[in-house]
Amino acid sequence: MNNLLVMPMALPVLAGILLIFFRNHIQVQRWTSFIIMLVNAGIGLYLLQVIQTEGILRLDFGGWEPPFGILFVADSFSILLVITTSIVAAVCLLYAFSSIGESYEKMFFYSFVNFLVAGVNGSFLTGDLFNLYVCFEIMLLASYILIVLGGKKVQLRESIKYIVINVLSSWFFLVAIAYLYGSIGTLNMAHISERIAETGQTPLLTVISMVFLTVFALKSGLLLYFWLPRSYIVPPVAVAALFGGLLTKVGIYAMIRVFTLFFYHEPSITHTIIGVMAAVTLITGSIGAVAYKDIRLIATYNVVIAVGFILVGLAVGTPEAIEGSIYYLIHDMIVKTLLFLLVGTVIALTSTSKLDEMSGLIQNYPVLGWLFFIVVFSLAGVPPLSGFIGKLLVSLGAIEAGSYVLLALALISSIFVLYSVLRILLHCFWGETMISSEDEVPLNKGRLIPCLILTGLTIGLGLGAEYLSPYVENAAYTLLNPEVYIDAVMYKD
Amino acid sequence: METLITILTGVLVTVATYFILSSNVQKVILGSAILSHAAHLLIMTMGSGLKNGRIPVLTDETGSFVDALPQALILTSIVISFAVTAILLVVAYRTYRATGLDNFYDWRGYKDE
Repeated sequence: MNNLLVMPMALPVLAGILLIFFRNHIQVQRWTSFIIMLVNAGIGLYLLQVIQTEGILRLDFGGWEPPFGILFVADSFSILLVITTSIVAAVCLLYAFSSIGESYEKMFFYSFVNFLVAGVNGSFLTGDLFNLYVCFEIMLLASYILIVLGGKKVQLRESIKYIVINVLSSWFFLVAIAYLYGSIGTLNMAHISERIAETGQTPLLTVISMVFLTVFALKSGLLLYFWLPRSYIVPPVAVAALFGGLLTKVGIYAMIRVFTLFFYHEPSITHTIIGVMAAVTLITGSIGAVAYKDIRLIATYNVVIAVGFILVGLAVGTPEAIEGSIYYLIHDMIVKTLLFLLVGTVIALTSTSKLDEMSGLIQNYPVLGWLFFIVVFSLAGVPPLSGFIGKLLVSLGAIEAGSYVLLALALISSIFVLYSVLRILLHCFWGETMISSEDEVPLNKGRLIPCLILTGLTIGLGLGAEYLSPYVENAAYTLLNPEVYIDAVMYKD
Repeated sequence: METLITILTGVLVTVATYFILSSNVQKVILGSAILSHAAHLLIMTMGSGLKNGRIPVLTDETGSFVDALPQALILTSIVISFAVTAILLVVAYRTYRATGLDNFYDWRGYKDE
């Protein structure tokens, strides 16, 4: 029992509600939200240390012992993601301070960012399946508002599609929960895992697992990502970065959790299907990433490729591969946010998003150019940047399991990622400058500093992988040994 | 009774699917609302039957009680689906005001960015 567990969700909810009453006090709104994110990161770091010594933590709300009450469970995996979420959200807020504009700030922008983060953190921490659905909905409702805020025609058009597709996937989630409750008779995640292990994963349960797979594939953009690229380019940069960094990752987290904790008895069926879906995602995502000339679309297709790559690790399922997936998930949250911020900055400076219409930006904005250079190599997985270790471990796992097709596709997709972002680098930053020094838009610090922080993080994550490795190993160990999770939730005081 | 409710769920899902596949935005929204009702009925039947015990209020007489959890789930889910439908309606209305379009087919190739 540790009451701190509820803070990563409770603090943003309270702050979000409170900030509604401070509509005209923009400074209050800004710094409250920012500090909340930093506090959450701090709480996360502290909890991570506690988990290493005391094992998995849980908080039973209202003192209802599991499996009767709703509870929050924190293992290394979820806390690592909570920390990354808080940092990414803080950086996005920092970027929003100087770029989002007063009209957004007065229309409760910061409240909804807080609600979004609350939903994301809640999804990572909850130990109850229905509560996971509720946290998903909190996150999605906030994202509906954030995507439509601003009310431009293109935003309205894309947000209707986004909302309808998410309502449908939420419906599937509800149906899946209903079926699982009907056949297992419990909603506590540890208890479900225990009961499935007792009765065996019957064909009926495997079918239910497919419904769950559909839900999380829709949310994370695994194969069913048709709604994703267009809807991620319409909101303002800070929001797009937040979406690119966080939203699909919650779906990935849920999928990893469900398929390592509940439905791990029939990997020849479930994990093969995940592998095939990941493979198709890698192929089509790669085609998308090189097909477009709009740099925002290139960035969103890179999100899709990363989803495929992370789930290759889950499909392979060896300890190395799962570790690699966790590394890559953390790396991807940071580096995709950075990519979206940089792309957004380029668009703000040149006021175009077409590759052909810009060139030579590095002469006007050298720092931005070099930051983009680092991102390109981090995305491609060049050592010592953060993408390397994840790609290495997933590849090792795939070799060990003999999944050579997945291995080949994962590595070829890295080349496509490299090519697609290198194309942005070559077209936008290299060559003759198109902006004369008179009409050069100054690049203000408010846009540059968040990018610098995230670049520092991706370098730090690459160089400091050794410090991170005990935590990631612990996370992978818990995922691969569900009895550890069950034991901590069901049988420990 | 369970069979009846299950058939009703199926009918609702059929109707909702028909609505969602139409090109009219209002029909799609209506479809999503009906779909959520179908899910609620499904959750209700998924408990261990609809009426196989007493109301879950503790008295001196012992006996089996109806599973109250599905009802708690439905209550939560109804509230959420209210909120989502409300947002969807508002966004659809704003879209209609801004673009004059309420038909998904007309959006294809609509370039006004």
